[in-house]
Amino acid sequence: MAADCVLSVRDLSVDFLSPRGPIHALRRVSLDVPRGSIVGIVGESGSGKSTLSLAAIGLLANNAVVRGGQVLFDGADVLAMNQPQLRDLRGRRMSMVFQDPMTSLNPVLSVGTQMLDIQYRDRALGAADKRRKAAAALRRVGIPDAEQRLDRYPHEFSGGMRQRIAIAMGLLGNPELLIADEPTTALDVTLEAQIIHLLRELRREFKGSILFISHNLGLIAELCDHVVILYAGEVVEQGTVRDIFHRPRHPYTEALLVCDPARIDEVRRELPTIPGDVPNLLEMPAACVFAPRCPKAFDRCRTERPLDHAIGGTQSARCHLATA
Amino acid sequence: MSAQLSEIAVRATAASEAGISGGWLLRRLRSDPLGLLGLSLVLIVVFCGLFADWITPYDPFKINVPDRVMPPSLAHLLGTDKVGRDIFSRVLKGSQIALFVGVTSIVISQLIGLTLGLIAGYAPRWLDNFLLLIFDSIYSFPTVMLGLTVMTLLGPSLQTLMFVVVVIQTPGYGRLVRTATLAKMNSEYILAERSLGAGAIRILARHVLPNIIGPLFILGSMDIPSVITLEAGLTYLGMGIPPPAPSWGRILSEGYDAIREAPWIVVAGGIPLIITTLGFTFLGEALRDLIDPKLRKVV
Amino acid sequence: MLIYAVQRLGLAVLICATAMTILFTAIHVIPGDPATIMLGTRATDEMREELRHRIGLDKPVPIQLVKFLASTVQGDLGTDLWSHRDVGTIVAESLPNTLALIAVGLGWAVLIAIPLGCYSAIRRNTFIDKFTGVLSVGTISIPSFVVAIYCALIFAVQLHWLPMIGAGEPGDLKDQVLHLIMPSFAVGLGWVGYLSRIVRASMLEVMGENHIRTARAFGLPESKIVFRYALRIAVLPTVTLLALAIGGLLSSAVFVENVFSRPGIGKLVVDNAKLFNYPVVQGAVLTTVALFAFVALIADLIVAWLDPRVRATL
Repeated sequence: MAADCVLSVRDLSVDFLSPRGPIHALRRVSLDVPRGSIVGIVGESGSGKSTLSLAAIGLLANNAVVRGGQVLFDGADVLAMNQPQLRDLRGRRMSMVFQDPMTSLNPVLSVGTQMLDIQYRDRALGAADKRRKAAAALRRVGIPDAEQRLDRYPHEFSGGMRQRIAIAMGLLGNPELLIADEPTTALDVTLEAQIIHLLRELRREFKGSILFISHNLGLIAELCDHVVILYAGEVVEQGTVRDIFHRPRHPYTEALLVCDPARIDEVRRELPTIPGDVPNLLEMPAACVFAPRCPKAFDRCRTERPLDHAIGGTQSARCHLATA
Repeated sequence: MSAQLSEIAVRATAASEAGISGGWLLRRLRSDPLGLLGLSLVLIVVFCGLFADWITPYDPFKINVPDRVMPPSLAHLLGTDKVGRDIFSRVLKGSQIALFVGVTSIVISQLIGLTLGLIAGYAPRWLDNFLLLIFDSIYSFPTVMLGLTVMTLLGPSLQTLMFVVVVIQTPGYGRLVRTATLAKMNSEYILAERSLGAGAIRILARHVLPNIIGPLFILGSMDIPSVITLEAGLTYLGMGIPPPAPSWGRILSEGYDAIREAPWIVVAGGIPLIITTLGFTFLGEALRDLIDPKLRKVV
Repeated sequence: MLIYAVQRLGLAVLICATAMTILFTAIHVIPGDPATIMLGTRATDEMREELRHRIGLDKPVPIQLVKFLASTVQGDLGTDLWSHRDVGTIVAESLPNTLALIAVGLGWAVLIAIPLGCYSAIRRNTFIDKFTGVLSVGTISIPSFVVAIYCALIFAVQLHWLPMIGAGEPGDLKDQVLHLIMPSFAVGLGWVGYLSRIVRASMLEVMGENHIRTARAFGLPESKIVFRYALRIAVLPTVTLLALAIGGLLSSAVFVENVFSRPGIGKLVVDNAKLFNYPVVQGAVLTTVALFAFVALIADLIVAWLDPRVRATL
């Protein structure tokens, strides 16, 4: 399985240095993205989703310290690469679409200029050819009048259109991995549906893998093949979409599913929530990170750190109750 | 520059509301070497200015032709000028002039600016707009040109010079006070008080005034170097304080006339000016840096 | 864009008119009699009356104002009290020298400040950054005429490298350039520090924005990111500032021209101020106000040209 993966995160731990001490944002995170599949990462705010995606592309902030682990892209460790090697990867073999379309594009350069700039490595292509490629990419994501729109500036497009442009830019280099960091969070529901629809369509032509990050379970279910559940910097469960949505084995996953408003089938007075707060990441959790909020917690949960238990061939959960 | 100053002013206003006091600032200043340097230079200049009349070795005005144009020596630390006056004494006396003009005119312009600003902030629209128009029009004149024009009309003297400085400085303070007043007057709890019938004077005195004193003080101290420079400059051109007052500008101009035979005179005239402006600027910058990051924690 | 330019032009004209109105009002509000001041205390009553009549001080203020504004529009700025020459001509003779001084002075300051600010932002908190920071604050404070005098002392009087007086022989470019070196240095020195700090702050802010992260995520070379993606945005506030800087530049020019006896507007104003030659002073000041307004206009247009977001709001 490992050889078949375009991205393989092994035991990754990342701290952020802050005035109050190191924040343990990711702790021993491992996940695989097989070639040609779509893997979803689900987590609340502060779970470490963005940190994970930025680590994959080597764009962690200056105050981030990798305490251990590897991020293997096609076998090579991204964390050990130097700047020229990283630059070679980015935009060509691995692309990223960011969360906020309103600020992700340079405001004083036309869309065309930006789309041509990212093709700078294709020295064989002339400017006219690059323009054609860019216009074709825009058409593929559903932007009409692509040729004229190339000369427009980002602020002349709506948020939804800008995100399409970002996806077009991401796919321009035909990357092996596209990382989409909450691409629809900043958009309203209709636009969100359109973007997801777009991604599903593109899937047919796009042969690479997608790492799709979101807090929205519904989107993950619609789009992804595999799912990784992230809680407070740790992977608490992962598996195929069927595994996770039909046979969740971690109490947090179960709670998430119960609390998803889309899945509530009876009329009730109160919406279900998970009691308690996300733990303070300045301290390392003593044992199970979810124990303080877990309805099924027992003594062992508070004293002994649970291991990742494999269930079936495709699923695993980090919980003492996940054996057998 | 003015945009920067307004920014500082806004932050300083918030700072005084956040309870940052002078004592706290002084303690924090210890860790900033440039700020300390600035403070020391300022203190030296202030000391010279206050005690000039007692510490000058010679009478700054006494003409002593036999001793003319002597280079610096132990007897005359900075040498003598064309008519034999001791330059060191003149420089010390000059610090008194510089500080007097600087501090007094800023205080006066702050008082006027404060009054006008309070009025503008509280007054009906038309009065506010009118005052604003005056402020902005004065603002749009290049300072020195304005100074020269007024000096032409009135004839150079100490009083007219101070009048010029006051005219130039007041709009800045007026706008600052106006902004602070407007902000306060429209804040919720003030509106509540006004609806309960509290009088304007009371509100202005209790709520606006205490918070504006701090920023005015800081801005004022940051303006001192430019006022002193303006005075020295106008006097240098001959359109400032008339002779024989030993303003540093005068020493510079007399020194420039004698630059070939007595080059030490211009050095003597320029150095104190540089020391003063550097001192106030370093101090002002340090104070600003202290207010700035602290605010980010508080606000 | 054209409409915007015309609107701004109208605004500039309005500012000039307001400034002159204030000047006029000021004369009549201030105590003291201009005629006496101009002619001295030994002037007879007849001389004073004649002068007042010539300048037009004997007519009611509003009429004077209207007359003046009307004649200004036609290009007539009055006549020199002493030489009876047309003020407009006198000012036009001096203006190019001042413009050259300001342009070169600001020019070299900008040419050094932008790379310096950029470098300080990228190599933040290194020795060079901190050293430049201190130097910047230092040079901002030193008055331009002091710089001018010390330059003159060192390079002209002591070393005899550069000429001290005048603007150089007309027609001799090399001579004129030599005469520009010290004055433009004195004018520009305070601005290098100030501008580089603004550029630095601006760059730091822009480099932290999301679109720069996107550019990096696509593997763009760092040099391209800095110059094409970041700097273009970061210099925008600087351009606006340059327009406001004209006021300060003109003030510096007054002093520097005086120190080096350069025949520009600054020296014109000072020389005539001493002679109480009011029409020339007034004409020169009006010209500088117009210059100020005009430059602000140009700066606004440049910003609109560089930043498509501003164009969109027009």
